Amino acid sequence: MSEVDGSAPEPAAVPGVATVHGTGVRREALYFALRNRKLVGGLAVVVAFLLAAIVGPWFVTEDPLTYVGPPAAGPSGSYWLGTTTFGQDVWAQFLYGLRATFFVGSVAALIAGVIGMVVGFTAGYRGGLVDEVLNMITNVVLVLPVLAVLMIIAAYLEVRSIEVQAVIIGLFSWPWVARAVRAQTLSLRSREFVDLARLSGLPVRRIIFREIAPNMASYLFMVFILLFGGSVLFAATLDFIGLGPTDGISLGLMLNHAKQWSAMNLGLWWWFIPPGLGITVIVGSLYIMNVGLDEVFNPKLREM
Amino acid sequence: MLKLEGVSKTYKVGAFARQDLAAVRDVSFELRPGEVVSLIGESGSGKSTIGRMILRLTSTTSGTITFGGKDIATLRRGALRDYYREAQGVFQDPFSTYNPVFKADRVLTMIRQSYFPDVGDADWRTRVREALAAVSLNPDLVLDKYPHQLSGGQLQRLLIARALLLDIKLLVADEVISMLDASTRIDVLNLLADLKERGLAVLFITHDLSLGNYLADQTVILRRGSIVERGATAEVFGDPTHPYTRTLLSSVPRLGERWTDTELEHGPCRYHQLHPDGTDPAGPALAAVGDDHFVACFALGEDRKCGQP
Repeated sequence: MSEVDGSAPEPAAVPGVATVHGTGVRREALYFALRNRKLVGGLAVVVAFLLAAIVGPWFVTEDPLTYVGPPAAGPSGSYWLGTTTFGQDVWAQFLYGLRATFFVGSVAALIAGVIGMVVGFTAGYRGGLVDEVLNMITNVVLVLPVLAVLMIIAAYLEVRSIEVQAVIIGLFSWPWVARAVRAQTLSLRSREFVDLARLSGLPVRRIIFREIAPNMASYLFMVFILLFGGSVLFAATLDFIGLGPTDGISLGLMLNHAKQWSAMNLGLWWWFIPPGLGITVIVGSLYIMNVGLDEVFNPKLREM
Repeated sequence: MLKLEGVSKTYKVGAFARQDLAAVRDVSFELRPGEVVSLIGESGSGKSTIGRMILRLTSTTSGTITFGGKDIATLRRGALRDYYREAQGVFQDPFSTYNPVFKADRVLTMIRQSYFPDVGDADWRTRVREALAAVSLNPDLVLDKYPHQLSGGQLQRLLIARALLLDIKLLVADEVISMLDASTRIDVLNLLADLKERGLAVLFITHDLSLGNYLADQTVILRRGSIVERGATAEVFGDPTHPYTRTLLSSVPRLGERWTDTELEHGPCRYHQLHPDGTDPAGPALAAVGDDHFVACFALGEDRKCGQP
């Protein structure tokens, strides 16, 4: 027993090295996050839109669907983005639509993320028959033609709110999360630190959330961003083809209305450009953020 | 204390799990308090699987493992946790035994959360210091560090310290020293010898014959999942009987001697000398050739028959 006082090279005994490592992975990630232009830029755009969605509606009319101004007027001082064929304020619709978009995106991402993670972790960790059954369910949902199913649901539900839309989207977009989480769990489960946790008498739930999940935290974080962007796009698609909410307004519904009343043919560009651009910019920024996060979490991708 | 009786493990392999792969076949041996048993075998001989089955990290296909008279396969939740209070394992690769996201001393904290939630902070710190001192680690150098900041030897000894916090009776040491360099190796070996003095039973799994010889009271030689020879270490190493054991021992490199591939003469099968009608599957798997020395049939699989007496 010769190394009582650590005569072996001791990394932390070197001043300087200790401070870099000792502060932890989290602070290192934050350091690279703040230096990453893709991440910071994308985040700034998303936060700006989010603020507009939260605060904006307080400064415009209470109901964006009321007829307030002259019909089909272009952008002006009183109506910043002009009005629709019926004299509705496009700017007010845009702000309320943003709010709906963020709501649908986050609720659907939350539902899909939670279902996907629970299914993926359970299947991956338990293995055997549980895995077979859960994997089968996942695959069935994965190959469901969601659009067709939603058309049927839309036919049955007479009144559809934004909340219902968010829940439906969430219930159909979890399978890829479950598959990815399952695959990662399978590989992490066989690592010896999981065995050690079992030898420490930890319950399964704790092993999954305290030992396995932290190893894929960056991935889980990105899953939520991807789900959010995907849900926003999917909601816009549904709205545009007329399967969206029957009350309220969203960016997709604005596009749907603009199409229905031939805004394109009439040259009312202020009616369809803002919602289309809004969706594109939000989802685009989210994906750019995702690339940035990838670089933050994966040292191999960092630009030197 | 720990008793394995006819333990087997079969894995299903191939498409639709149609084929069976026997990793461990009908293994029986016993571990008494204060005894070190070394389990020696080449890669893939099933020695790690046996260790994992004893720690209930892998289930057995057939046979029973009893600890203190209780079948460990029946343990559930609380009882299983109590079993781990007395039986612990240290694994081969210290780097993968630690969760890379967290600090290394988290393995000690987990023990506290599971088994000593009522122990006060100061009391716990004293216990940790004592356990670390027992494995010759300096607390200031290993606590509050990430696994990548520590050496393999430090991590390995930290794992043993973790087991010591629990006042264990059985330690499964799976290739604990094959990752360590020669100087650290002897430290860990001496530590295991100290633990043995304290009445701890150690199952020492290794592929290295000389290390197995160094500590063990009992030696079990495994080949393709079954025991070929077993007995007191002095008997097995002093008078190797089974052709496989003899080949294994003759292949240990020695300083100052060129290794030559000489064909060893094994003579007639000792098992069949003692059990002439011994192809009976219900018969004993091993034949007693000495006081505390057992050997299996000399047949080495399909390609080589045992050449009966």
